[in-house]
Amino acid sequence: MDWHQLWVITSAPDNVPIVGLVFLVPFYVWYGLRQSFANDRLIAQLEADPALAKTHHRKTQPFQSDWSKEVPVWPFLLRIEFLAALIVTVILFVWSITLNAPLEEPANPSITMNPAKAPWYFLGLQEMLVYFDPWMAGVVLPTLIVVGLMAIPYMDMNPLGNGYYTYKQRKFAILAFCLGFIVLWVGMVVIGTFIRGPGWMWFWPGETWDHNRLIFEINRNLDDIFGITSAWGKGIFGAIVTGVYFAAAGYGTHKVILLTEFNRRVYARMTLLQYLALQFFLTTMLLLPVKIVLRLLFRIKYIWVTPWFNI
Amino acid sequence: MADESPVQPESKGEIGLLEKVKEELKPFQEKLEQDLAGMKAPQKTQLYKSIFRVKHDETPRSRSLGVLSNVFLHLHPARVNRDAVRYSYTWGMGGITFYLFIVLTFTGVLLMFYYHPSKIVAFRDILYLEHDVPFGKLLRNMHRWGAHLMIITVWLHMFRVFLTGSYKRPREFNWVVGVILLVLTLLLSFTGYLLPDDQLGFWAVTVGTNMARASPMLGHEGPLGPQFGMTPYNDVRFALLGGSIVDSNALLRAYIWHCIAIPIIASTFMIVHFWRVRKDGGISGPSPVGLAKEIKWDRLGER
Repeated sequence: MDWHQLWVITSAPDNVPIVGLVFLVPFYVWYGLRQSFANDRLIAQLEADPALAKTHHRKTQPFQSDWSKEVPVWPFLLRIEFLAALIVTVILFVWSITLNAPLEEPANPSITMNPAKAPWYFLGLQEMLVYFDPWMAGVVLPTLIVVGLMAIPYMDMNPLGNGYYTYKQRKFAILAFCLGFIVLWVGMVVIGTFIRGPGWMWFWPGETWDHNRLIFEINRNLDDIFGITSAWGKGIFGAIVTGVYFAAAGYGTHKVILLTEFNRRVYARMTLLQYLALQFFLTTMLLLPVKIVLRLLFRIKYIWVTPWFNI
Repeated sequence: MADESPVQPESKGEIGLLEKVKEELKPFQEKLEQDLAGMKAPQKTQLYKSIFRVKHDETPRSRSLGVLSNVFLHLHPARVNRDAVRYSYTWGMGGITFYLFIVLTFTGVLLMFYYHPSKIVAFRDILYLEHDVPFGKLLRNMHRWGAHLMIITVWLHMFRVFLTGSYKRPREFNWVVGVILLVLTLLLSFTGYLLPDDQLGFWAVTVGTNMARASPMLGHEGPLGPQFGMTPYNDVRFALLGGSIVDSNALLRAYIWHCIAIPIIASTFMIVHFWRVRKDGGISGPSPVGLAKEIKWDRLGER
């Protein structure tokens, strides 16, 4: 265990925000889910007791019937905003006094930084480069992430859970988003920061960054395992494998989506276009963990090799 | 009596003069007293009224007007959901993000006074800023850490909006605007990365823009790129960098995107974002929980 190496990585000024992220994201996941579960308990209670549902104010926040539903913005909201601004300012001042922004040597194209890392918020994309070619990891997938995020409100046809924390009423949506945002995005940022070392090789936390380390990895393509050698054969085989993946993943997600009676009703509301878009984004997102497993556990690089592009 | 008489007119005259002066000053004294009285109640002065337009006192009406008639506060409604002002619902992340944008604009403008976006002096300007400019180091640190903090708060804001389902009708489009703002925030931070012109920024931007050369059809190493006539000297990466390598043109382009173009674009989208928050019915909750069996599926309206 090389504690010094661990300290060097975590105390690098530009890595401090990610150290913060490692604590902030779990905190807010807990903070949000705690309110979700509280609301879920209330929902279960109201569903079991229709008489109560008619009279209850339907919030977990304290309530008295003679309280007004609204409060004046001044002072009740503005004082909180002022306080928040004050606290953020203090945090920023303390952070800026205690920790200096990094400044390396002057830019020099002839001396390559190793590892040459993108800014931390793009490390997820850089980590994707391990699993996909640059045109996928750097261009197509980021575009799909942005478009997919924008499309969420137009694909989520669940009428419940608008304006309050809940988990039970929106299980599928919340789990899918957490998989994308926390496991894949934040997870890969953390991997890119703390685990990837020189040569973008995998160093466990506490492992010394050995700049001379060589890894003799035999990365094969899926078609090599099946002994396909001709270019045509590879292309057709890869197309079939990719097609089978999307069919299987689509079938799997379809089964998960239709798991409950409620979700089947939500599904019935969707147009074909909405549903196909949802399937497309979900299965494409799932392609990433699939390729991570294939690459890290089975040393398989591409599943589809053609003369023009590889996936 | 006879002796006194010549004196009396004189003394009378003296007294008369004093009285006269006093008499003359009386209106001024009255005005002064009025002014002093006015200072005790500054709300009644013309100056005050001209600035604040409405009277402020402890009435609900006055409190509402204080918010509604103020240009900086008028984005707020006069009243909000009493549970929405609790920290637990919104986490304050959207507001903090906007505040950080203001802090970054402020520190950024100050940094611009000391920075030349040219390959020869850019790095030296940072050294000068760190070692010679009063509070220069603090300024640069605040700009850097503020930017990183802003990215974290943007992500958490998005996460909160997702968890509360606030993107659902009628707020779908505002979520889209929010995603655009997220991308703009990342681009703002990324373009700023190159500006110190050090190894860190240089290689980060090299790695980042190298991906652009793999763009399908638009990059010279991407699928179908060569077929579309792409070379290192005319593809999308060339357009981003103003050259085939990260050099002085790239520095200038990053500077202009960072300091002028993206802030203006982002501000525009922010105006829309905040305006839509109000137009879509204000903050989304916390609203009363809905129950599955109360949904009228057939009456949900068009899909």
